[in-house]
Amino acid sequence: MTIQFKDETFRGDFTYANSPSNIPRFPFPFPEDEYMYSTNIEPHHAARAGSPFENAFDVDEHYVAEMKDRALVLAEDPGRCQALPHMETAGWDFLELVMVSKARDYPDLFKLTMDGDRWHWINKPLQIDDTFTFGDSSTLPCHPMEYIGRQVQGDHAILDQRDGNLWMDAGIITAQADWSLDFDIGMNFFEWHAPVPLAHELGVFQRALKFLLTLPQGQPSRRLNWTLTVNPRLDTSPENYPKWGPDKLTVTPENIGEKIHLRVELQTFWRLPRSNAILFPIRTYLMAMNEVVTQPKWARRLHRVMRDLRPELVDYKGLSRYHPILVEWLSQFDDGAPTSPGIFPD
Amino acid sequence: MSASDHLIPVVVSNVVEVNPIIKRFEFKHVNGDELPAFSGGAHIVVEMLDDGTKRKNPYSLMSSPFERDQYAISVRRDDTGRGGSKFMHEQVTPGMQMKISAPVNLFALDLRARKHLMIAGGIGITPFIAQMTQADKLGVPFELHYAARSASQAAYMDSLADRFGDHVSCYCDDQGESVDFETLLSSQPLGTHVYVCGPKGMIERVVETATSLGWPAAHVHFEHFLAPPVGEPFEVHLAKAGIDITVGAEQSLLEAVEASGTPINCMCRGGACGQCETVVVACDGEIMHNDHWLDEEQRAAKQRIMPCVSRFRGKRLELDL
Amino acid sequence: MSESLIEESIISRPTYGALKIVPGLAHYFLADASGAECVIRVVQELPRDMMEKVHILYVPTPGETALITSLYALGANRFEHFPTIDDAVAKLGEWLSDAKMGSQLYLAGTEGLVGQGVAKGEACGLDHTAVQCEHRGSLARRVQCVHCKTMIEDVTTQPVKCPSCDLLLLVRDHYSRRLAAFQGGCINAEDPSEEIEIKEVFK
Repeated sequence: MTIQFKDETFRGDFTYANSPSNIPRFPFPFPEDEYMYSTNIEPHHAARAGSPFENAFDVDEHYVAEMKDRALVLAEDPGRCQALPHMETAGWDFLELVMVSKARDYPDLFKLTMDGDRWHWINKPLQIDDTFTFGDSSTLPCHPMEYIGRQVQGDHAILDQRDGNLWMDAGIITAQADWSLDFDIGMNFFEWHAPVPLAHELGVFQRALKFLLTLPQGQPSRRLNWTLTVNPRLDTSPENYPKWGPDKLTVTPENIGEKIHLRVELQTFWRLPRSNAILFPIRTYLMAMNEVVTQPKWARRLHRVMRDLRPELVDYKGLSRYHPILVEWLSQFDDGAPTSPGIFPD
Repeated sequence: MSASDHLIPVVVSNVVEVNPIIKRFEFKHVNGDELPAFSGGAHIVVEMLDDGTKRKNPYSLMSSPFERDQYAISVRRDDTGRGGSKFMHEQVTPGMQMKISAPVNLFALDLRARKHLMIAGGIGITPFIAQMTQADKLGVPFELHYAARSASQAAYMDSLADRFGDHVSCYCDDQGESVDFETLLSSQPLGTHVYVCGPKGMIERVVETATSLGWPAAHVHFEHFLAPPVGEPFEVHLAKAGIDITVGAEQSLLEAVEASGTPINCMCRGGACGQCETVVVACDGEIMHNDHWLDEEQRAAKQRIMPCVSRFRGKRLELDL
Repeated sequence: MSESLIEESIISRPTYGALKIVPGLAHYFLADASGAECVIRVVQELPRDMMEKVHILYVPTPGETALITSLYALGANRFEHFPTIDDAVAKLGEWLSDAKMGSQLYLAGTEGLVGQGVAKGEACGLDHTAVQCEHRGSLARRVQCVHCKTMIEDVTTQPVKCPSCDLLLLVRDHYSRRLAAFQGGCINAEDPSEEIEIKEVFK
């Protein structure tokens, strides 16, 4: 396995793009032609070689560039990485899970050697070679969550479990779809989801919470979530809304294929052993409309989903300004033919 | 999905008679691999193959959460129970291969606590042994108050006192000693969390005392180590599977469903976690709800049952399985 | 009992009840001028021998003395008043640092005071579910600007201009207990030329 890591940007000149070979492995989020909230959680088993579900923590061609973008965000706004004081054990659990998984799944890229509590970690793509004492934060340059969070694609929240609820008590969040860790830290499961419309009434969060509270160790789960983003920008935080909000006005029928990106979150859930917390990785994948429509099944289906999307969701996901022209643009790829079930391209 | 579907093969590495009624069992992975890390208060489910009957009982892990080469549990012999503890005491010997689940914690320390106050009665000591090891390593203040009928029945009392010194206070009924809950719970700094594991009466007294002194419910934690009760055999119809099964006197409904090969979710097997909650399609009779999961209203409605601990008496019970 | 006028909203937006004395080893009160009468209402019902357990902190409006006199006359073990919420909350932290489990915290008045009292209680090891809150007085909000993190006190308008970064903020109902603040986010970020009328709504 060799991955050619791309040198690209998620801001400014936006040079991010998917290689042709990377397109079919995109986690397209719609298993059928219509979309409504559902809990849609399934076991995070290794599935389909080459897909983003093959390994515990997927590493792809964007790894190095995404980690550079994270470093830029954290340099500007250290508040994107915060942990309440009782979350250090969970930080070590997170670090262990990522190091053990990556060293196992990508032995050519990562290497972990353990001699009791003395650990030696080599991350070749990021040129890191460190030795530290597991459980002793003074042997790392920063909190264990930040240390490993700077080396793994996707945002990571860590949820403390107590009183029959989950609490957003730590996270490293630099590529979020419009929610603020600094504001939400310390909230419980229902509180941090409070702004989401419709889903509370449907009982989605009650069911999801009940499921997560009994998530067993060693049996992770996953689900996909999605939105649209103008330009391949990872940092669509509320903090920086004045920077990315105006992008929405730049969409025209002519540039829509390159401007609008399908933004998919591969969310996974892991019971952490020593802290009994839940690790919640939110891995973002971006793909331009022009790239999506290279797969005829995806093009047809995306048109149908967008055309029939409930108005509350159009509004909540922030699509209102360009939703009509997007539906119009996508319609040229929909000949009305039936689509096969499931998310993978034909 | 069910925690006990993904079992870990282990070998019994040691069996120690702690006193006439309690034995400690130690397990190692059959391949010598590390066992999963865990947090203080976690339990494992041990699968017992007892002459054709498959039984799965939960036991708290008492070994150090920081040692992954072996697990230890302690089992109190209960001759009036379903036979799980009797099987462990009589049939399980070093070298035997068994299967256990990954650890599950329904009795975790609240890591925000300024201090952990632990109250144990009898065999309820086991989760606290791992919790004290954890609190000690994290450097958080803790105190254990451990009550037992007599010194001879108080498992690990001496070794815990040796190991944790002033952190441990012991009380033996036959010496006329008892915990003064009122005084104890009136003198704890703000931010203390209290944990109690032991007989039902002890849990109730701690919870009542804490409540009357004004402790918030979020600071009071307890674990009933609930074993599925024995009872009369009964018949159940599983609607989706389209079969009738019989639940034996010393078998739980959950075990009978599993024995029939019908899929069912479960985790704690002790009426606490909610995973096995099952819809009742029809019920002509009385459900003996023995769980801690359903509320009074749900019990009265007879539309839900927790098969891990609850039983049935009457004409017909039909479940959505 | 409660005279709060808060409308039903999203789950993170706090709601408040009416103070009611519950069993406890000690009873801590924090109120501002609009909440003083709530404290008087419940404390004056207590038997004299319980006053030893009562501790009151008060933030009067400038120049006002009548309520100070009434609160003092209750005969609490400790009664102190401070010119600002910050000072009173800091004092509450001092008192709670010596407190025992079984202490009860009662907060009454404007949302800013109540919210900061809850946050201080939680920081001292008192779970927020155990704190009693009664909202009285203005519905003015404490707002965190999500962009520059400035805390804006006594916000009465929708939207509000951030005094620090000058952005026009939509005041949301999303509320952080830890910050004791509502979230404010730019209302016209997508099109800054958009003119938006500022209305007085949180009175």
